[in-house]
Amino acid sequence: MPKRGTTPIQEEMLQGTLDVLILKTLVGGPAHGHTIALVIERQSDDMLQVQHGSLYPALHRLEDRGWIASSWGTSANNRRARFYRLTTAGRRQLTAQTSRWDELVRAVNRILKPAGALRRRGTPRQA
Amino acid sequence: MSWRRFFRRARWDEERQAELRAHLDFEIDEGLARGLSMDEARTAAYRKLGNPTLIREEIYGMNTLGWLETWWQDVRYGARVLRRSPTFTIVAILSLALGVGANTAIFELISAVRLRTLPVPEPGRLVELRIDAHGKGRTGEFNGHWPRMTHPLFVTMREADTGLDHLFAWSSATFDLADGGESRPVNGLWVSGDFFSGIGVRPAAGRLLGPDDDRRGCGAPAVVVSYAFWQRQFGGDPAVAGRVLNVSGTPFTVAGVSEQTFFGLDVGRSFDVAIPICAEPLLRGDANRLERRDAWWLSVMTRLAPGQTIDTVNPKLAAISTAVMQTTLPPNYLQRERENYLQFTLKVNEAGAGVSDLRSTYAQPLWVLLVIAGAVLLIACGNLANLLLARATARAREMAVRLAIGASRRRLIRQMLVESLLLASAGAILGTAIASVLSRALVAFFDRPGEAVFVDLRLDWRVLAFTAALALLTCVICGLAPALRSTGTNPAVVMRASGRGLTDAATRFSLRRLLVVGQLALSLVLVTGALLFAATLKNVVDVDPGFRPSGILEADLDFRRADVPRDQQARFNQAFLERVQGLPGVGVAATASHVMLSGSGWNETLVVEGKEQRPFPNLSRVSRDFFRVMQMPLVAGRAFDARDTMAAPAVAVVTEAFAQAYFHEPAPLGRQFAFARPAGDYNPTVTIVGVVKDVKYFDVRDPFGPVAFFPDTQDPRPDVYMTILMRPNGDVPGAITRAAKDVHPRILVSFTKLDDQIRASMIRERLMATLSGFFALLAGGLAAIGLYGVMSYLVARRRIEIGIRMALGAERGRIIWMFLRESAWLVLAGLAIGATLAVFAARSSATLFFGLSPGQPWPFVAAATLLAIVALAAAFLPARRASRLAPTEALRGE
Repeated sequence: MPKRGTTPIQEEMLQGTLDVLILKTLVGGPAHGHTIALVIERQSDDMLQVQHGSLYPALHRLEDRGWIASSWGTSANNRRARFYRLTTAGRRQLTAQTSRWDELVRAVNRILKPAGALRRRGTPRQA
Repeated sequence: MSWRRFFRRARWDEERQAELRAHLDFEIDEGLARGLSMDEARTAAYRKLGNPTLIREEIYGMNTLGWLETWWQDVRYGARVLRRSPTFTIVAILSLALGVGANTAIFELISAVRLRTLPVPEPGRLVELRIDAHGKGRTGEFNGHWPRMTHPLFVTMREADTGLDHLFAWSSATFDLADGGESRPVNGLWVSGDFFSGIGVRPAAGRLLGPDDDRRGCGAPAVVVSYAFWQRQFGGDPAVAGRVLNVSGTPFTVAGVSEQTFFGLDVGRSFDVAIPICAEPLLRGDANRLERRDAWWLSVMTRLAPGQTIDTVNPKLAAISTAVMQTTLPPNYLQRERENYLQFTLKVNEAGAGVSDLRSTYAQPLWVLLVIAGAVLLIACGNLANLLLARATARAREMAVRLAIGASRRRLIRQMLVESLLLASAGAILGTAIASVLSRALVAFFDRPGEAVFVDLRLDWRVLAFTAALALLTCVICGLAPALRSTGTNPAVVMRASGRGLTDAATRFSLRRLLVVGQLALSLVLVTGALLFAATLKNVVDVDPGFRPSGILEADLDFRRADVPRDQQARFNQAFLERVQGLPGVGVAATASHVMLSGSGWNETLVVEGKEQRPFPNLSRVSRDFFRVMQMPLVAGRAFDARDTMAAPAVAVVTEAFAQAYFHEPAPLGRQFAFARPAGDYNPTVTIVGVVKDVKYFDVRDPFGPVAFFPDTQDPRPDVYMTILMRPNGDVPGAITRAAKDVHPRILVSFTKLDDQIRASMIRERLMATLSGFFALLAGGLAAIGLYGVMSYLVARRRIEIGIRMALGAERGRIIWMFLRESAWLVLAGLAIGATLAVFAARSSATLFFGLSPGQPWPFVAAATLLAIVALAAAFLPARRASRLAPTEALRGE
């Protein structure tokens, strides 16, 4: 089981990307697993294909940490489903994760798109 | 992860399953909505989600403790594997259970007799006060199981300023519940007033005794009964206090019952009734020992006060010793005895484990038996290891596959060890059950006629720890080697070898050979030991005691309450003997004050021509027909007859050893002797009138010593007890009991067969011979089975080779010889190692043997021959099977 606490920003964020997305999705209100997957796909214009297989372990992990809570309910089309909602701790976590994500993006961008872009030096071809 | 989660992980898993199912349903709904067929929609949904089981497993893994889960998996897998081969499992568990059971049973006994402390609070503070005689030896009258102190010594020490408070004394005794007729003996305790409070025993009913119950001249005081006696005699009556108990015809009032766990301080015996010491004159009359300074019958104990230790107490005791000895000096002691007595010092010893003559007699035999049983368990383990090795070979492919697909070797070893741990645990649990039966049978072995041995057999932590350790040990011994072997292979090689391990066969095989050699070596030690113990028993049984004990009945009569006037006792005894002789079926009967080999004895310092002699002769006062009843042949002179009256000169019949020891001639007829007795005591000059063949007096194992007999017709103080010996036929005991009742209703009678008594003195030899023989049989059998197994395996592996040899014209005899030679080397190696071990083992338990000269090679040779025959017979069967192999058949397999 991964340790809680501060781990290096890149690893934590990359691994936890799905977690943040789930938390973000749940800001809109309680949802069940399938909806969460759909919402993430739609809102990212299908750019982020959620691996449904990894969704549930992620949900379990988040619930285990107390960031989301779940209960059984009935969906719009009358199926029994497990609904997840954001807890206060989860909301806090989302804020924190979002700002970290921003930091990460800035950091990566500094490397990928530096102010005066360096040209790649090529080796002179021998005749 | 929380423990709550861990225990609810199964329910959690169900929920996840339902959730995943719901997810798939949503996905399918959607697919259907997009116009897919049911099948297409389902396939698409599954493809998108991935393997639901894997997801479940991933989540399940988050909820559990990894190690616990895999252990549990291993246990279940192991159980499944074992269930799949029930024969192997049953054989394995049973052989382990027998081995563990035998070991645990013996250990239970050792723990009870040797290791465990008394079931009383703070047993470590209990100490026994005793005399350090500095090797001089005490003289006087000794009674009871633990005669350490005299009553005057106890009283003096109780009053003395020693820093030891609340000294208490006790003595084991036999009390009689009958008032006449056949006696009803119970185990008794004489106790001083502080006995129960000093030990810290609580009452189970009523009250226990206090100092006020034990005052001089107390008459018939209150008594305490044991819990077991309370249940047996009073049916556990809660209102037992105040009920009356008749002991030897005297009514005593029961004060209360001691607690259930308390059996007394003598390990090996339990008590029924405890009577205050002050009542001794009531039961023993003039023979009481309250003032006797030379009657050793008490054990004195106390509890150390906080801060006191044995080392701080002993110097104080040494300082007052001389004064104490001077005040308690027996007046009737001779000069030398007096000097010795005054040199005695007092000291305390630890007594937290109680006292026990069982301990000194049986501690070493029990340890030896434990070692023997341990060896048997080892041999059984060897067989099991061999079986597991064979299985490991059969499972080599399974292991190879598992290694190849990424299982770690450690995990596989662990899993195989779990399998053997399962076997060992099952064996240990079953073994514990077997042990409880076995240990009781063992205890029954120690019973003497009329004296049941009581050993408190409980499964305490020590026994359980022992059994658990045994189980763990067997598991490691049996399981480790096979586990290491079967997982240490190169998967590629195993897979390529198409099931016929070619490359690793040699090494694996040598381990199995080694096991067989070890088994044979241990077996040889055990068989040799069994032969030595059997020879010991035979030697002891075959000892000629100098008389023929078989068929002799001993009737013990107690005339104390027959109200015979002192001066009439001789006449009364004589009349009684004649009456018994007149009974049908009795034939010749004789009396004896001390019967040979019955445990009682009488010896004194002999004086010949004014000089004191060493060693002491053993003595007995007998009636005229004694030598006829005992069938002791007269060598010279005459036996006692009508001439030997009180008025006539005192005479004696002596044994040949007596004649040689003091007179240095075979027939010193007419020679005279006397005893070293205090002036004023009856001490006539005795003339030798006859010589008989030698007899054993105390113990059949002793050499013949000097013995002298005196006629009962010259007894200055005829006893109120009488022992009659006879060779009866028919219901003589009934007739004698009736006759005694006729004479006086309060005469007590009891009977013993001399044979039984002598047999009881050989319990140790019989125990060792029986058990070591049984274990040796087991060991030899197990080793033979082990060899058989290995040879069978060898034959099976070399089928093709045999087939080729036979196809090329090898004769059957040659094939048999090939395998026999193979096993002969194993047997030879095993026996050579075993013989060395056996010599050491025999030397270390030499004290348990009797009549064997130490260097005798025959037991070793006999044992080795026996084992070699059995082993080669076991090897012959597979060899013959190999020789009968049809070559075509053997080769077809390729």
